[in-house]
Amino acid sequence: MELIRVEEVSFAYLPGKLVLDRVTLRFDHRSTAIIGQNGAGKTTLVKLMKGLLKPFDGEILIGDLSVKKVTAASLAKRIGLVFQNPNDQIFKGNVLEEVMFGLLNIGVEREEARVRAIRALEMVELEGKRDMNPHDLSLSQKKLVSIAAVVAMDPEIIIFDEPTIAQDHAGKERIKEIIRYLDEKGKMVMTIIHDMDFVAECFERTVVMNRGRVLLDGPTREVFSREEVLKEAYLELPTVAQLSKRLGLSETFLTPKEFIAHLEGRIKG
Amino acid sequence: MKKVMVEHLKYRYPGTEKLALDDVSFEVEEGELIGIVGRNLSGKSTLAQAIVGLVPHFYRGAYGGKVIVDGIEVLHSTVSDISRKAGIVFQNPFTQVTGSKLTVYEEVAFGLENLGVPRSEMMERIDEALTLLGIYDFRHANPFDLSGGQMQRMAIASIIAMRPEVIILDEPTSQLDPQGTEEVFLAVQRLSREGMTVLLIEHKLEKVARYADKVLWLDEGKVMAYDSPSKVFSRDDLEEHGLAAPIYTQICKALKLKSPDGETYPVTLEGAYEVLKRWN
Repeated sequence: MELIRVEEVSFAYLPGKLVLDRVTLRFDHRSTAIIGQNGAGKTTLVKLMKGLLKPFDGEILIGDLSVKKVTAASLAKRIGLVFQNPNDQIFKGNVLEEVMFGLLNIGVEREEARVRAIRALEMVELEGKRDMNPHDLSLSQKKLVSIAAVVAMDPEIIIFDEPTIAQDHAGKERIKEIIRYLDEKGKMVMTIIHDMDFVAECFERTVVMNRGRVLLDGPTREVFSREEVLKEAYLELPTVAQLSKRLGLSETFLTPKEFIAHLEGRIKG
Repeated sequence: MKKVMVEHLKYRYPGTEKLALDDVSFEVEEGELIGIVGRNLSGKSTLAQAIVGLVPHFYRGAYGGKVIVDGIEVLHSTVSDISRKAGIVFQNPFTQVTGSKLTVYEEVAFGLENLGVPRSEMMERIDEALTLLGIYDFRHANPFDLSGGQMQRMAIASIIAMRPEVIILDEPTSQLDPQGTEEVFLAVQRLSREGMTVLLIEHKLEKVARYADKVLWLDEGKVMAYDSPSKVFSRDDLEEHGLAAPIYTQICKALKLKSPDGETYPVTLEGAYEVLKRWN
């Protein structure tokens, strides 16, 4: 089933400087990574889907709703976006209020909002910080608060813009778990990300953007087998794929686990 | 010549009970590139602030031990004196941008104006820094119109233009794409080869393994190790303290394939290739 349709969308912040140039994409429930160099138009694309910007040409449908015709507020129940910089999202004086804010705005009763917010904070393991001022948290914790605030609203589509910024190994593992959990719950998870190892491990589908256009789109393994096209978009292969290529192997490996299993087979054989 | 000497440094933020830095000692030679690694809250950023003097002069708190940067002791110097010796690039570029300048060019000029650098030299240094970081074409843009990655490179350029003896970068590539990340590492390596002493806080251990001369590993404010990347990343207790070895190391370790030294595991692409190629 198609959840999002992006049809021939163009957008520019300044006259004559197209950031998106006739982009057409369809999204179903598969978890999807959007990759591309800084300035490729990734963040602009997701802001358009969320209704925060309006396309000046083309059409975006979220289910049957055209983002041109409805307000961002009415899209909020269907689609949630976790901003790249949590400081752009956070503004309340305590963590619990921050996570409850979106829920109250979409009309959830205060008591239920509280329960859902606490559950979301437990998911990101920040329940113990609920009475703190979010601005006293570290950047990585603020990022987790902003994730909790969006997940608590339980939209069908959840978009993360660079979720792993400032996260250490444990933080990244937690975000991987959150993505898998949401995916299993039937949510459509879309993520803008620069960490190719993370993409290889977590997403079924990968869309490569370059200069406002879609350069490649397909199952993640297929995308990472096209090194020459990735180079054109100034991207690199995941670490494991770099090593397997250096060794002259023709298959594209995505995770250390599958690569180790393959080599063990060879060593034994 | 030793550019940074840290001796038994202990530090606690005001109003807290736990030591953020607990008996930290290490020395850095001129021109060395040191990777500082460790999980979040291990003391990496606090150590960076202690080298430029924001700890303790700005944050206050309880302080013991010594930090000497290019011959001056941080505790007995002012932040502005230390700023002529050591520059810091913060983790979040939004924290660093002055907010009072309308172009990238003027933003990079800001630190130089404060140092009283003559105009002609200023222009030369700004052009050089902008070119090195690959943002020369954006010199007339408003800093707030830049993407996250471009802004991060502008923050680095602002410090590099001041030509400090020592530069500390706190996760400088966290918002950059793979090519931008590689460019920053190459730029940093070039600065270090030209004699600048570089301390780099970084979570991307594959990059640290490839570019750093030595790795300083911190956990709970203590030094866990200060040694070559291959020695540090071959340790068995990384995971226990919240670190994952570089993927090359993880693979070779799982296959029990050590480097030719017989002691450590490969930590880079080439190192892993050398031990794995015979299986092909």
